[in-house]
Amino acid sequence: MVDWINTVLQGLLLGGLYALFATGLSLSFGIMRLVNIAHGDMIVLAAYLAYAVVTHFGINPFVALLLIVPAMAAWGYVLQRVVLSRSLTGSILTPLMVTLGLSIITQNVLVSVFSADSRAIPAGGVETAAVPLGGGVTLGLYPLIVMATAIGVIVGLQLLLGRTELGRAFRATSDDQETAQLMGIDNRLLYGLAMAIAMGIVGLAGVYLGIRANFDPSAGPSHLIYAFEAVVIGGLGSLWGTLAGGMILGVSQSIGFRLDPGWGILASHLAFLAVLVLKPNGLFPRTRDR
Amino acid sequence: MDKNEDSAKGITRRGLMQAGGGLAVAGLAASFPAPFVQAARTFKIGFVSPRTGPLAVFAEPDDFTLAQVRKVVAQGVKVGGKVVPVEVIYKDSQSNSNRAAEVASELILKDGVDLLVAASTPATTNPVADQAELNGVPCVTTDTPWQPHFFGRGGDPKTGFVWTNHFFWGLEDIIGSFTNLWEQIPTSKTVGALWPNDPDGNAWGDAKMGFPPVLAKKGFKLVDKGRYQSPADDFSSYIIDFKGKGVDIVTGVVPPPDFANFWSQAGQQGLKPKIVTAAKASEFPAAIAAFGDRAENLSVEVWWSPAYPFHSGMTGQSSAELAKAYTEATGRPWTMPLAFKHALFEVALDGLRRSDGPGNPEALRDALKATNYASVVGRVDFATGPVPNVSKTPLSSGQWQRRGKGLELVVVENSQAPMVPLQAKLKPIV
Repeated sequence: MVDWINTVLQGLLLGGLYALFATGLSLSFGIMRLVNIAHGDMIVLAAYLAYAVVTHFGINPFVALLLIVPAMAAWGYVLQRVVLSRSLTGSILTPLMVTLGLSIITQNVLVSVFSADSRAIPAGGVETAAVPLGGGVTLGLYPLIVMATAIGVIVGLQLLLGRTELGRAFRATSDDQETAQLMGIDNRLLYGLAMAIAMGIVGLAGVYLGIRANFDPSAGPSHLIYAFEAVVIGGLGSLWGTLAGGMILGVSQSIGFRLDPGWGILASHLAFLAVLVLKPNGLFPRTRDR
Repeated sequence: MDKNEDSAKGITRRGLMQAGGGLAVAGLAASFPAPFVQAARTFKIGFVSPRTGPLAVFAEPDDFTLAQVRKVVAQGVKVGGKVVPVEVIYKDSQSNSNRAAEVASELILKDGVDLLVAASTPATTNPVADQAELNGVPCVTTDTPWQPHFFGRGGDPKTGFVWTNHFFWGLEDIIGSFTNLWEQIPTSKTVGALWPNDPDGNAWGDAKMGFPPVLAKKGFKLVDKGRYQSPADDFSSYIIDFKGKGVDIVTGVVPPPDFANFWSQAGQQGLKPKIVTAAKASEFPAAIAAFGDRAENLSVEVWWSPAYPFHSGMTGQSSAELAKAYTEATGRPWTMPLAFKHALFEVALDGLRRSDGPGNPEALRDALKATNYASVVGRVDFATGPVPNVSKTPLSSGQWQRRGKGLELVVVENSQAPMVPLQAKLKPIV
């Protein structure tokens, strides 16, 4: 019994990581209808930036976040204004192709700059610290930090979207881009800001990924799939739904793993398919969405 | 649009350069009339290796090895009294077996290579060797355990292959070496297995050919939950099981990201095995560096190390000298594929010397088949292997022990390769 409680708890915490991966994607899809195939590669890019900063200056990776998150946000803004905005031509296919190209370019640039060696960001012991809960259940300190960060990010975004003028503009553009423009919203600026926020969160996810496990330039796409699934399970545009989606993926994966190691990843994909069949719009779709 | 502009200008910069280059070559050819004895045709070696992609870590020594080879063959190679110029054409497999087959056939059909060589995992060596066999081009490969190479290509142990030869160790060596290693220190003799659902994991965990029968015979208890799907983010269920069943020894053939996940989670959830022998994940110094202090006393199989008592027949360097030259030239620690890349060209050039030179593939094929050569990874002799066209090289096991500031891979087990000197004794992790 204790083993099963442990399994579910570990799965929930894994869900926090998936939610962190997925939040940026959820935001860019929710507001701009932009399917970013390079999302996973951007996470890996952020991890490499953090690796370079941490090893060069010898600082704690959590301090490096102060550099990485703004840098990635700025990169997101430039990327949106210079490249991605030109691809948002109404066809869903154009941004797909553009971001696929971006994904291939990012991987190859990372190989030529950092080589194909796998790296990890040293965090001074926090990655293996344990929090004993008694009764044979031990949780990792680091997964708890990841979960807390994911919840913090989502609360922050909800406040931004629900309570501020910028958030209102985001929601208006998401609901009906043309009408929002008629009301005087500069949607190119707005999209740039949305991408900046999304990439800032990607920066966070990248640093957390780099501390958790090791990564190499080709690691991006395998993270993309969980991010996508978490977004779709949760329902488009719903941030809490994305967290729930991540947790459903994490728990189904660790239960599947417990039954048979071959079923672990299959179980999370099956959970995703089941949600698609039963609730094609996801569990918590925002009705305001088109 | 661009094209129109170009043609409107008449002559482009590129066009002019090309025309100029062509003229220069034509001029050179005209001013040097054919010598009395026609110079020997260049002997072309096609080399396929995963320079980019997930397997690129295997190809890290390629540039160094190619520079060494090009220096050795700069003045040509003497073949039966003639000096034959040698050229190496290097192609990237992009870590993809389809791409490897494509560049191999390109090398054969377009570049007209006389010999194909390839290294680094079945994804490279198998498609390249298949293309060579199909097109009747002599071929030497290495750095894939011989079973996945020979049986993976549908080899028949009675007849073998005609054109293709391979040298490396096999599964039986790694099983023998690991199980002897684990008997060195007192443990619960309970082994936890991390075998992924890939060709390696399935071969290692095979109930007939893999670890299970040998472990049972030697009195080890095996905790094997089955093959997991890689990449995996969560190993909690393994850790819970290993803790519950008193696992003291963890082994597997684990891709580095999976092992990093497992090893952090083992720390978080209080699993403290005495021995961790993880192939793949801890073979490379760069991967070890990524684990930091947590890599200390991990153990792994050793295909070659500076302690191996062999010399290169190509440069005369000992194993230790080769490793040192590599570190001096690149600033990086030695890695195991270095010696195998080196030996691959040793065997290739040795075959060429005993052949009839370029243009006679049958003579080269027979020369390679009759190889009996002392290379930097040990003797290569394709007649002595467990199956035809295969030569086995000695395998030992090592441990990443602290030496000064860093970790160094030292040989701690040599039951399968008694000629390799032991450098230290196995230490428990805790």
